[in-house]
Amino acid sequence: MMTLQEAVAALRKRSTVWMFAILLLVGTLLVSAFAPRVFIDIYTYFCVTLMLVLGLQVFMGNSGILNWTYVGFVGIGAYTSSILSVLPSVKAMAVPNMYPALVELSLPILPAILAGAVVTALIAAIISWPLMRLSDAAGVITLFAMLIVMQVIMTQWDNVTNGPRTFFGIQPFTTVWVAVIAAVVTLIVTDYFRESSLGLRLRASRDDRHAAASIGVNVVAVRYFSFVFSAFVAGLGGGFWAHYITSFSPKAFYVIEMFLLLTMLIIGGAGSISGAVTGAVIVTIMRQTMRQVEGWINNSGAVSFEVYGLTEFSVAIMLILILIWRPQGIVGGRELRLPSLGKRHQASAGADETAEER
Amino acid sequence: MIGGEFLINTLSLGSLYALIALGLVFVYGILKLVNFAYGEYIMIAGYAMFMLGTLTGLPFYVTMVLAVIVAALTSYLTELVAFRPVRTKSFNAMLVTSFAVSVMLQNAVVILISPRARAVPLPPAFNASINILGVVTPLRNVLTIITAVTLLTALTLIMKYTVLGIAMRAAADNFGTTRLMGVPANLVISVAFIISGFLAGTVSIFWVGRSASVEPLIGFTPLLIAFIATVIGGMHSLVGAVVGGFVYGLLFNLLSVTLPASMITYRDAFMFAIVILFLVLRPEGLVRGSYTEERVG
Repeated sequence: MMTLQEAVAALRKRSTVWMFAILLLVGTLLVSAFAPRVFIDIYTYFCVTLMLVLGLQVFMGNSGILNWTYVGFVGIGAYTSSILSVLPSVKAMAVPNMYPALVELSLPILPAILAGAVVTALIAAIISWPLMRLSDAAGVITLFAMLIVMQVIMTQWDNVTNGPRTFFGIQPFTTVWVAVIAAVVTLIVTDYFRESSLGLRLRASRDDRHAAASIGVNVVAVRYFSFVFSAFVAGLGGGFWAHYITSFSPKAFYVIEMFLLLTMLIIGGAGSISGAVTGAVIVTIMRQTMRQVEGWINNSGAVSFEVYGLTEFSVAIMLILILIWRPQGIVGGRELRLPSLGKRHQASAGADETAEER
Repeated sequence: MIGGEFLINTLSLGSLYALIALGLVFVYGILKLVNFAYGEYIMIAGYAMFMLGTLTGLPFYVTMVLAVIVAALTSYLTELVAFRPVRTKSFNAMLVTSFAVSVMLQNAVVILISPRARAVPLPPAFNASINILGVVTPLRNVLTIITAVTLLTALTLIMKYTVLGIAMRAAADNFGTTRLMGVPANLVISVAFIISGFLAGTVSIFWVGRSASVEPLIGFTPLLIAFIATVIGGMHSLVGAVVGGFVYGLLFNLLSVTLPASMITYRDAFMFAIVILFLVLRPEGLVRGSYTEERVG
């Protein structure tokens, strides 16, 4: 039987997750009760994006390898789940060239999203083993090359993806509550991963891969399983994303989207779950604000030409400034925890903090 | 005569790709920075040609020289403003910075000029054809080869016989020791960026010359070419970059000729699959440089 003290300590250890989970849920309640339709949409999209950033954190944040391929896996999840969930009659119309065997497939939406995640993880499992041996420049370029290979296949294989054209006809499924529950589950799972034995070994390999190897960490294997898990979350997020957006083209899974996900993770701090959440919040607020500003400038007629690209421009500037002044991100690689309840916990809290130091 | 045509096309494409790759490796060699903003120097030079060509009445050859200078200057400025402050930070920080710089420059052009393509005025000589030993080929191709040979010779001489060149080669091998010998780090890095931008500007003339137009995303393809070529040739030596450029030009033309029509759209996927294979099986590339993992601190 757990004593009260142990229960409090256990909760405190996971306080990051509970804190964010409660904030997310309260936010959903407030938004769906009081806010206009636009804010509900933004909030839903934010929750889906948060899932994607958390999935990116799993591998990139804990292994220190810049995972360019990630958004490609999001795409695989989105396409697979959509192909499975769209009704055969709609599919025959939306993707005229699709293989007949694929047209006949039909699953309810939630199983389709899960199947999409499994397929994504399987593809990651098949292709990624040799890639995990590479670090630094070689690692980055291979993962980048992999993203381009995926993009070419997505735009060219029109029997499956409808080629460069839009894939439409997907039923909306991701309401604000579905999105927030998915985000909270992802939050709990990714936090568990970070603190798990696998996560710890991965972080050890990030900080010093030779030292980690010397104490018996199989760096390639640890990276491999984490990469596959990260791809699973990507596929899952892609599925929820697709059933929110309801129509998309391969363009959505390319460099510029990857840049936004990367920015969210790096601005907040890639090393921790708190960083991922913080970054997602900041970049979402900033993007929405800049979009308003853009619209306002264009409507007011203050300038004679259409203003585009202000959003990406300012996000890029912010990213450069953060990298110059605080390359660890705003949160700085450690988890935000609730302040200590009493003096007695100070000692253990101190030990915890030291463990978090890079 | 298909053979002769293929040869000239391959040589011209190869020399262009060699220049593209060389520009990337100059910075990578010293700073160990995979510079994603490299394609944007090419883009900026293209826009410089567009602006100067349409707004001023300067002759083509002057605008081209100015465009190359603008590219070199842009490269130097990005080094000064963005890369120098993050130089001592992690590998990823520098890489992401270069990517952010790339997105920033692209969108600056989108905001200030237009997201759509703009026509660049070019000298009529660019479209003229020339007959060499019975092979009819655009003069542009021959000019590319001549420029590449001239630049490669000049750069080889500079790197071999000038103090700065020797210092740069030393810095690429072992930066720490080079600094201990009294070589100022900032100077070497700045010069590397300027040469990189200079090459990008030169490439831009021929790259833009092929389509006679420039758009904000024009730098992406050359960037990918530079990646492929440097990976094939070897990221740790300048010779490797040149070799990689020519091998890639050859591979590209071979794939274009041999792939069946239905597969031609997958050519890029094949190229990048080759890149991945190279990195996994022979990460040092065709030309083995003096490998070092050290970065500038």
